[in-house]
Amino acid sequence: MRSGAAVLVEALRQEKVDLLFAYPGGSVIPIFDALYDAPDIKLILPRHEQGGGHMADGYARACGRVGVVIATSGPGATNLVTALATANFDSVPLVAITGQVKTKLIGNDAFQEADITGITRPVTKHNFLVRNVDELGHCLTAAFHIARTGRPGPVLVDIPVDVSMAKTDVPLPTEVHLAGYRPHVEGNLRQIRIAAEAINQAQRPVIYAGGGIIISGASDLLRQLAEKSNCPVTTTLMGLGCFPGRSPLSLGMLGMHGTFYANYAIMESDLVVALGARFDDRITGDVTKFAPGARIIHVDIDPASISKNIKVDIPVVGDARLVLEKLVELVHFVERRDWLARIEGWKKKHPLTYSSGGLRPQYVIEQLDEAAPDDAIICTEVGQNQMWTAQYYKFKIPRTFVSSGGLGTMGYGLPAAIGAQLACPGRRVIDVAGDGSIQMNIQELATAVQNKLPVVVCILNNGHLGMVRQWQQLFYKSRYSGTILEGNPDFVKLAEAYGALGRRVTEAKDVRGALDEALASGRTYVLDFVVEPEENVFPMVPAGEAIDRMIGGMT
Amino acid sequence: MTESKQVISAVVENRPGVLAHISGLFASRGYNIDSLAVGETENPLYSRITVVARGDEAILEQIRKQLAKVIDVIRVTELSGQNFVERDLMLIKVNAPAAKRGEILELAEVFEGKIVDIGVKHIMIEISGPEQKIEAFVELVRPYGIHELVRTGRVAMLRGVSGRPARAAESGEEKKSKN
Ligand SMILES: Cc1ncc(C[n+]2csc(CCOP(=O)(O)OP(=O)(O)O)c2C)c(N)n1
Repeated sequence: MRSGAAVLVEALRQEKVDLLFAYPGGSVIPIFDALYDAPDIKLILPRHEQGGGHMADGYARACGRVGVVIATSGPGATNLVTALATANFDSVPLVAITGQVKTKLIGNDAFQEADITGITRPVTKHNFLVRNVDELGHCLTAAFHIARTGRPGPVLVDIPVDVSMAKTDVPLPTEVHLAGYRPHVEGNLRQIRIAAEAINQAQRPVIYAGGGIIISGASDLLRQLAEKSNCPVTTTLMGLGCFPGRSPLSLGMLGMHGTFYANYAIMESDLVVALGARFDDRITGDVTKFAPGARIIHVDIDPASISKNIKVDIPVVGDARLVLEKLVELVHFVERRDWLARIEGWKKKHPLTYSSGGLRPQYVIEQLDEAAPDDAIICTEVGQNQMWTAQYYKFKIPRTFVSSGGLGTMGYGLPAAIGAQLACPGRRVIDVAGDGSIQMNIQELATAVQNKLPVVVCILNNGHLGMVRQWQQLFYKSRYSGTILEGNPDFVKLAEAYGALGRRVTEAKDVRGALDEALASGRTYVLDFVVEPEENVFPMVPAGEAIDRMIGGMT
Repeated sequence: MTESKQVISAVVENRPGVLAHISGLFASRGYNIDSLAVGETENPLYSRITVVARGDEAILEQIRKQLAKVIDVIRVTELSGQNFVERDLMLIKVNAPAAKRGEILELAEVFEGKIVDIGVKHIMIEISGPEQKIEAFVELVRPYGIHELVRTGRVAMLRGVSGRPARAAESGEEKKSKN
């Protein structure tokens, strides 16, 4: 016989979890107590449960393993909600363990009770409320299995405190059979053949690759497919890093802040090959005008993603890697000289550009691209900082771009960077931040310092909630309602107060030196880049327009 | 695209929270649901949910896929277009003064209704059958005055036998794909 908490420790060991993020409270004390005797499982204490959730998420995205976070009942659990929703949107494998009030008290509005399985049902892949300690092992093994397989996602296991303390001799299952869960992974060969034929016949094809390529580990196969079939590749935000940005076949990112040439290529194409991407509205703009002359192939592991936003001609349900293995065999080289020349023309005519003078945020990102090693992990917050990073940093390797794409969660970057740094201790990890976003989880500087993590935070400090200010400038007559950040702290002093290093940079000539110094310091480091206050992210497709209706940023 | 109605049947785990999950899914995605009926199946571990949904084919396809995606949903079958039996059960309390009583009883008989309660001024009738039959009856008795009416919502089942009896989860209906 052993306690429920001990079963949890067994389950963590079975999953080879050597690190987790946990914030204590009354209903999880038995679990913390059991972890006290498990020196092989390192407990990282965040300063806020949301931070802990994002750390587990950054950990999972950087190394591909399941991230684990623990929080107490009530407010601890509700503080996890944003982190779960963030992970759910971007298909990140997480297991969240929450404490719950005693089984007898559930439903009685007990102290620190929250119906967390009810609250998180729409933002998790699945969740469990464990009412009996004999079921705990099954639930935990199932939770890890569900989180990691198929389209990955967060799974929450809610454990009442008396269940953690109760004894059981039911052994922990090594695997579970779930009648309602059999992920489709092998694509249908007939469909793959039809897809290959369509690619071979196409005159003006474009591959549109998303986060699914990274999750399934199909980046090499994507490159083979593109080179063998001679197809240009554009990626989504979540797909950055899945195709080398410097390849001549690369079109960079598409969509609202995508490159001119990626959006034009899509609009003029006769075949869109969507791989592990889901036709998000930030990609398609006006769906009725998206790729009007193209047939659409859609490879996705989630049957519900297919034909959800856009009518698909050739659907293939399956894991991107397994499908691409077969697809690569079936395509052949086609010259497509006119098509590639046309794209080359657009690239020359409409490259990504920005104005010079002063300290431009885009310049900071370009310098970071040069200063950071190829395998550096770049996390971002949300807003202009995120888009400039996507546009100007040339990602070369999968799992080096860690950003909240689907939910767009400000405050994600710093904790995610901490998780990524713990997952990959030998690598450089940088959080590109806005002065707004960084203040949403800035308390996690303490976690970084406590654990001696050499995370570098690059604040692109424009004194505004820049992305919203940009929309106000362009579409609301510059009525800056609630977007001016007066009263920002001195970020350098703040860093120092936390025991980190800090440096302010106000001139372009100092950017590279500051980056080199921070990256070499081996310390948690905050760089406060005081950039042009009203710089905009261009090009831009106004929300709801066709994606070739781009404004700004054209020379 | 044109709107149509579809009868979707799902076998789900018989566990607290599953119905809340499914109704929450319909609500949060804004699907139009005409009726939803739940009950245990021959296997007490499973329940069957019968949903009548409305929308164009793209929406109906999404409803089926989103349902199938729920981990506690074991199997989703679209019954429309297949050979199936559907029933709806109604209890209806009709205003029935002595003078009209005979007519109402006659109507009930034609519709194979059962009289389940009679008072001085009313009759309660139980009727089951396909939706059109129920609705036709309601229209016929409406002129007498309806006090109260309650319906179970549709339940439905395919004709014929497929698969082994006891192992509902593995019988050969629409294969469930998951992610
Ligand atoms: C939690 C949260 N609240 C609000 C928003 C809406 N929002 C999107 S971008 C943005 C501005 C971000 O400002 P900042 O972090 O300074 O970055 P910048 O755009 O200036 O680079 C806001 C408020 C959001 N994405 N997330």
